Amino acid sequence: MRGRVDTDDLDDRLRRGLGFAHPGLDLPAVTRALEDRNRRLLRARDAMDRTYAEPLDIPALARIAGVSEAHFIRTFRTTFGETPHRYLQRRRVERSMWLLRETDRSVTEICLDVGFSSLGTFSRTFRGIVGASPAAYRRSSAPVPGAVPACFTMAWARPSSFGEAGRPSPPVESAHEELQRHHPRSRLGP
Amino acid sequence: MKNFSAITHAHVWVLDHQEALDFYVGKLGLEVKADFTRGGFRWLTVGVEGEAIPEITLDVPGPPVMDERTAAQVRDLVTKGATGVVLVLRTDDCFATYERLRAQGVEFTQEATDHGYGIDCGLRDPFGNQIRILQPKAWQGKEGRA
Repeated sequence: MRGRVDTDDLDDRLRRGLGFAHPGLDLPAVTRALEDRNRRLLRARDAMDRTYAEPLDIPALARIAGVSEAHFIRTFRTTFGETPHRYLQRRRVERSMWLLRETDRSVTEICLDVGFSSLGTFSRTFRGIVGASPAAYRRSSAPVPGAVPACFTMAWARPSSFGEAGRPSPPVESAHEELQRHHPRSRLGP
Repeated sequence: MKNFSAITHAHVWVLDHQEALDFYVGKLGLEVKADFTRGGFRWLTVGVEGEAIPEITLDVPGPPVMDERTAAQVRDLVTKGATGVVLVLRTDDCFATYERLRAQGVEFTQEATDHGYGIDCGLRDPFGNQIRILQPKAWQGKEGRA
């Protein structure tokens, strides 16, 4: 893998528009650093997908991503368009939807299975994302056809939080756009 | 009459050819099918040993195919995992393959799991592309809800 660049420092410099105005700036190195950060944040997001039933451990995720705790939530949101907390909520709700459809476990059991500690929070979060209560969703849903691979189900069945009414989410910004915003006159390449 | 007789080539964006070879050949155990360079463009394909097709082209975004700004956008998408599942590889023993690759430091996103339709696991290449390994079996249908 390519060498690490201190992206916290990079972030600060991008945010303040500092350090990129001089003509000797190596812009390819900057985009590489942002791509490396993308990849490490993706590693942290994968870890969240695996350990969705455990409490959100920001310090551990920040270590995986190689960014400071203080920067983790913001850089995650910049990269993926939603906070780690929201991403985890959607992952848990996706798992609970599957359990509601495919098993006979009670709503309370499922709530605990997917990592919520309170039925109230689970129901409120579920309703906010799905638009129906867990019990109503269970009554209305048909099982997903069995031959669809689980990874596909995980991807398409995950409820979106990007198009919810009345809750506009921030646009996802590419590293390139981020760079352009902070340093609008920059040009990539030689 | 069918329009096609086979899928011979598919393509995966990678960020570096050598790093791609280290992973796809060195770790996954695919073999190089073609590797030549013309006019600064490298045609590099890999595939399953002993199988003629399909060949997977490992392409690095950039000139002369696209300008550097566009290439930066592609790299951005690859590294944040937005390319989705780029390959599904079939195996005769998913658990064994999983253990072998894990021991080599392959980055798994999901351990080998029996899903009913087969046993599969998920991993990422060094760049962010998602790959699945599947040991399929005939779908039996979910008990009582098939």
